[in-house]
Order: sequence, then C-alpha cells, then structure tokens
Amino acid sequence: MRSPRVPEMATQEVQPNETLTHLKTESDTLKTKLEEERAKLHDVELHQVAEKVDGLGQFIMKTRRTLKGHGNKVLCMDWCKDKRRIVSSSQDGKVIVWDAFTTNKEHAVTMPCTWVMACAYAPSGCAVACGGLDNKCSVYPLSLDKNENLAAKKKSVAMHTNYLSACSFTNSDMQGCDKKANVWDMRSGQCIQSFETHESDINSVRYYPSGDAFASGSDDATCRLYDLRADREVAIYSKESIIFGVSSVDFSLSGRLLFGGYNDYTINVWDVLKGTRVSILFGHENRVSTLRVSPDGTAFCTGSWDHTLRV
Amino acid sequence: MTINTLARGGWDREQMACFQKMEKVIVAMQDPDMGMKMRNQRLLITVIPHAMTGRDMITWLIQKYCICEEEALHISGMLVRYGYVYPLKEPRSLVLRPDESPYRFQTPYFWTSTRWPASELDYAIYLAKKNIRKQGELMEYEKERYSVLHKRINHTWDFVVMQAREQLRASKQRRKADRIVLECQEQAYWLINRPQPGAHNVLDMGLERPNNLSARVTLVSDIITFLYVSYVPVPFVKYSEQYQNHDPIMQGCLPSNPWISDDTAYTRVLGHLVLLVPAFAAPVDLVERWSFSFMELLNDIMGRREFMIYLEKEFSAENLCFWQACEDIRHGESSRIVEKVEEIYKNFLTPGAARWVNVDSKTMDKTLKGIRHPHRFVMDDAQMHIYFLMKKDSYPRYLKSDLYKNLLAKAIMNCPTCLFVLSACSPS
Repeated sequence: MRSPRVPEMATQEVQPNETLTHLKTESDTLKTKLEEERAKLHDVELHQVAEKVDGLGQFIMKTRRTLKGHGNKVLCMDWCKDKRRIVSSSQDGKVIVWDAFTTNKEHAVTMPCTWVMACAYAPSGCAVACGGLDNKCSVYPLSLDKNENLAAKKKSVAMHTNYLSACSFTNSDMQGCDKKANVWDMRSGQCIQSFETHESDINSVRYYPSGDAFASGSDDATCRLYDLRADREVAIYSKESIIFGVSSVDFSLSGRLLFGGYNDYTINVWDVLKGTRVSILFGHENRVSTLRVSPDGTAFCTGSWDHTLRV
Repeated sequence: MTINTLARGGWDREQMACFQKMEKVIVAMQDPDMGMKMRNQRLLITVIPHAMTGRDMITWLIQKYCICEEEALHISGMLVRYGYVYPLKEPRSLVLRPDESPYRFQTPYFWTSTRWPASELDYAIYLAKKNIRKQGELMEYEKERYSVLHKRINHTWDFVVMQAREQLRASKQRRKADRIVLECQEQAYWLINRPQPGAHNVLDMGLERPNNLSARVTLVSDIITFLYVSYVPVPFVKYSEQYQNHDPIMQGCLPSNPWISDDTAYTRVLGHLVLLVPAFAAPVDLVERWSFSFMELLNDIMGRREFMIYLEKEFSAENLCFWQACEDIRHGESSRIVEKVEEIYKNFLTPGAARWVNVDSKTMDKTLKGIRHPHRFVMDDAQMHIYFLMKKDSYPRYLKSDLYKNLLAKAIMNCPTCLFVLSACSPS
C-alpha cells in the first residue's frame, strides 16, 4: 500500500522555469508528508506483541574458555565455519589463529603495522584477511606447515585511504557512520536505506538471522533493532544503569537473544522480543572490543582490551 | 603523531556521552531528598564531613536502578575509576570496597570532563608542590616525569615553582580538614589523568575515528516507497519461536554443548566430517530445520545433498546443479568468472545442452545478452528464476516425499531424548 499522493507528484512534468530550490522544497515537503503518513500507520510495538510470548528463564552463562597470548588489546575476532577455530587481531600487530576448544594457538602472523583492527576467516577455512593502520587488506593463506613463513605468501587485496576498520569475506552490506546506519546495494553501490535514531556514533551493526532486520550498538549506550521492510526502528534496548557505549553486537542463532559488548567491560544479554535485559556478564578487565556468536550458535566469543578472548 | 594525540580528537564524541551520564548519577546521589545519607568520617585525628561508605553506595544503586549487587558493585567501581568518587583511606588504590571504607564525592572542579585535557603546566605545578612539601614524597615514576617536564617547559619553570609555593602558602591557611580534603581531591585527579605506568588507564581511547560528516550519502530516490507491513513485530516473534528450540545457547543441544561438557561429539557430527557421515546419522533438529524454509535446506551441506538425491529421482537435478554453479560464480574468485560463465552457458543454457534448464524466454534473452560481458552477478536473474521454480515445485514435494519422511523418522529414533515437540511432521 503506497501513499496515494506519491504517484501524483511523480508524474507531474517538470517545467523548465522551475528552479532547483523550488523542487528541493517540494521534495522536502513530500518527505515530511510521507513521514507523517508513516507515523499515522504506526504499528503495535514489538514488546506488546511479545507479551504473549513466554518469558525466558534464568540463563547460566559462564566463561568456558579464556584465550591468552596477545601482547596488547584485542581489537577484532572472527569464527571459522568449523565452529571451533577463531582468528583474532590485536594492537601489537599480531594476528593469531586459535583452536578455541583446546585453547592452542595454531598460527601466528605478525603484521607490518600495529592496530590491526579487522580480521576475518575465509568461509573455506583456508585463509584469513586482516588490515589496520597499513590501510590495506591482506589475505594470508593458512597452511599446516609450521615452518612456512606465512608472511611471505600474503596477498594485498585492497588499498584504502584510511585505516581499515572492518573486513569480512562475504559482502558486508551495512555501515554505521556517525549516527546513521546505511544499507547499501552491493551491485549498484548505492545507499538504499538510512536510519538515524541513535544519539551517538554507531559502533557495530549485525543482521538479524532472517535477514529482514538488523541491530546496531552505539556510544549512546543503547542497542536498537531496525526492520528493513518496514523501514523503521522497532525496539530500543537500554537501561538507566547502563552508562557506557556498546562496542559490538551479535544475535543468538534464533534471534531471540542479542549480545552486546560494552565499554564498561561487561556483556549485556537482551531479550530481543520483550526488550528486557536477560543477564549481565562480567569477567573482562577492560573494554570489550569485539563479540561474535559461533556459526552453530553454541557459544559466543568476546575480545577485549585486557589482551584476552573469552568464549 | 603519536597515538595519544590522535586519541584526543575522538574524545568528544565518545566520552562526553558517558561522562554526562556518570555525572547525572553522581548528582542524583547527592540529591538532598532522594540521595545518599552522608556522615562525618573519622580519619586518624581529623573528622571529614560528607563522607559515605562503599556499602552505602552499593545499596543506593541497587535501590535506584533495580539491579543486582554485582552490577551495583561494578558501576560504583567505574565511578571510582573515573574519579567521580575517591577513597579516603588508601587513596592510591582506586577501587571500591563494599564495606565500611569511607569515600567522598570529587568536586566538580576536578572532574575529568571539566578540565580536559589535563595540562602539563598544572601537572608540573602539582609535582612541584609535592616535592617542596616533603622531600622524597614523589614516587619513582613521578620523579621521572618531573625531570622530563623540567626539561620540556624549562622556560616557564620559574612560574611553575612560584605557583607551587603560592598554592602551598594558601593551603596552610586553611583548616586541617579542608587541607586534607583538597590534597586528596587533587591527588585523585592526577591519579586518573596521569596514571602510574602499568596501571589501568581509563582515559585510553584507542584510535581516533575519522570524521565522516563530510561524506555525503544520498538516497537513490527521493520518493521512498515502502511496504506497509501489518504488525511489524509479528515476523520476529514467529521467527524466534520457530528457531527457539534450535538455539543451543537457549535450549542446549544434543548430545551436549561442547563448550560446557568438553565433549566434541556435537562438533564432530557437524564439522568437517559431515560429508562422510551418512545421512541417517544427522541430528533430528537439523533435519527438522530443512522444513522451515527452502534456504535452510540449501544452506546445509547435508540438506543439499539429500535434496539432490531426490531431484535425481525426479529427473530435475540440473536445476540444483545450475543453482550451485551460479552460487559458485557469485562467491568465487574474480579471475575465474569468465571461465565459469562459459561453462554454465555450455552445460545449462545452450539449446540442446545436456543439462538444459527451463528458464523463461525473457530471462533467457537478458542473460544471454549479459553473458557477452560477464561479471559476478550476470546469472542472478536466471538463478532467481530456477530458485523459485525449485521452491514452489520440487521443495514442497520433497518434504512430502518418503525419502524425507524416512530420514526424519530415523533421526528421531536415533535421538536419545527429544527435547522438543516436532512441529514439522505434518505435511503442509
């Protein structure tokens, strides 16, 4: 169902003597009218519908593994598709591949730069990509031969004008810049949707498992859920006692739980439907910089500025 | 440029939000009606007014925000770490003890947000005061910094010493209690803004974020069309309910969550060995998931394999092969795109090809045109067409087929304890 006014305006001919400003004001009024229409159709809130859903019981979530070995802040991590390997990168320039289950380190690569802010595991499990202050994204193939000098085999994949802050092997469709979250069409390279309800910089965005929505975490200490089809914010996850910003978010497999890593060293677990906090987890001794749920959903891993990773 | 200077630029956006919130809490704590009860605290022989205990703070926080004790302890710990509250006993240890240890609120003059960035001149004056007041009172690291500063701002050193002497003289004229309080406050401020090397530095901000305000993002069209989705929240509820039983963090998984039990049986089944595992050993929740949506079936390696077996029986396996080949192009290496597109054309699209796929004429024309200039997404339309063909036709029939039903039955039999009711058994 579309707003009835829209097609009318669109088919009006543009007169040659209409100035640009006139058209701009026209499109602005159109936008405000659309917003008003949208607001009138404002829906039942998510948590109201969720009232009929059973509440979640108490969860006992504990640190099951601690990965120690980085010499400085852990900045980013990613899971391998085999659900047990993890790659992590740190401020000291090291990228380490761990078998999180046994906590053994399997590979270690020293990057030529510090502040390696991004790393990702290839879907095939055979390579990792990483980048940082060197403004490049490099791909390192992983081999089981311990003697091989991995650094010699790396390939540079992209050059950027500033430091690399995130990379992943599949098309990452979203970007949080300042307070806006934009959704891009990878094929046309254009921004097709934009959301601006956060009060501070957005630090992390993650798709809801069904792909129709996404969550964002921001410096304003809230996480928000946006529906892509309805084109609006659907829920806010915040509490007065939570003061520090969110550095990274991820969903559990069913999408019922949202995990947020915060700058006050804690992890808050939210009930996505009811909008309430399920649990708060302690353990890290410095801010949580990165958080990812494992591919099979059995656990999630957090990396922190306290040099460790926890599963 | 060092990292530290870079960090200060990003300070404003990120930290100001936190500091404002912390300050709100602090102000609320000091509210005459709803705030905390404060009392006089005895420190050696002096009595310090307006002090509170760690225990009081925690109790107040629990009451005000309805949180548990651990969280209240954490929050009050952060307030101490950031210098809004300082301890009277053991002032160098910025830790909140949940007992009768006394604490005081830092005066707003010394709030980190008020005087940012902490100036070198002020630090020099502070260290000079300490040095003059009692010889040898400076700690090792403070002595080092003092001499570094002395070299760096040598030209204003006379001013520094003069200021230090002046401030010491003024403080001697105050009451002892006030003097002690002021010294504590100043010390707390500098412990945070110039922490001991190796100590936790709460003001460490990391890399500065580039300012993106200049990047203009224009939406594709000014006329925004959107679907009015009735009851926006309902799809979320439905999705979560459907997958809730399959969420290992929420419901546990069979045989056990490997991270808790240290048993890799779960990962073994779903790990690299999956292709060697016979289908009837698939866990029941996985087989059930294939019935949730076509994407679930295709995304799972075993599901795809089983579906292929079924299609071969129906003589329509080329559809799935075509779809897989298209996926390969989309996610594969750029260098091999041209070669792969040609292969697809040869095997699936040429009239009379061995595995010809049934694509409607319009899509076929478009695709054939696109093939002349092959790129990663050239097969998208055709792939989508075949995807929907399979989804509408072969997929529902597969779910009703004996092949699938037997698989599901075997999986249930193998499962020692079924945690949930199987909802997908009835044909839909």
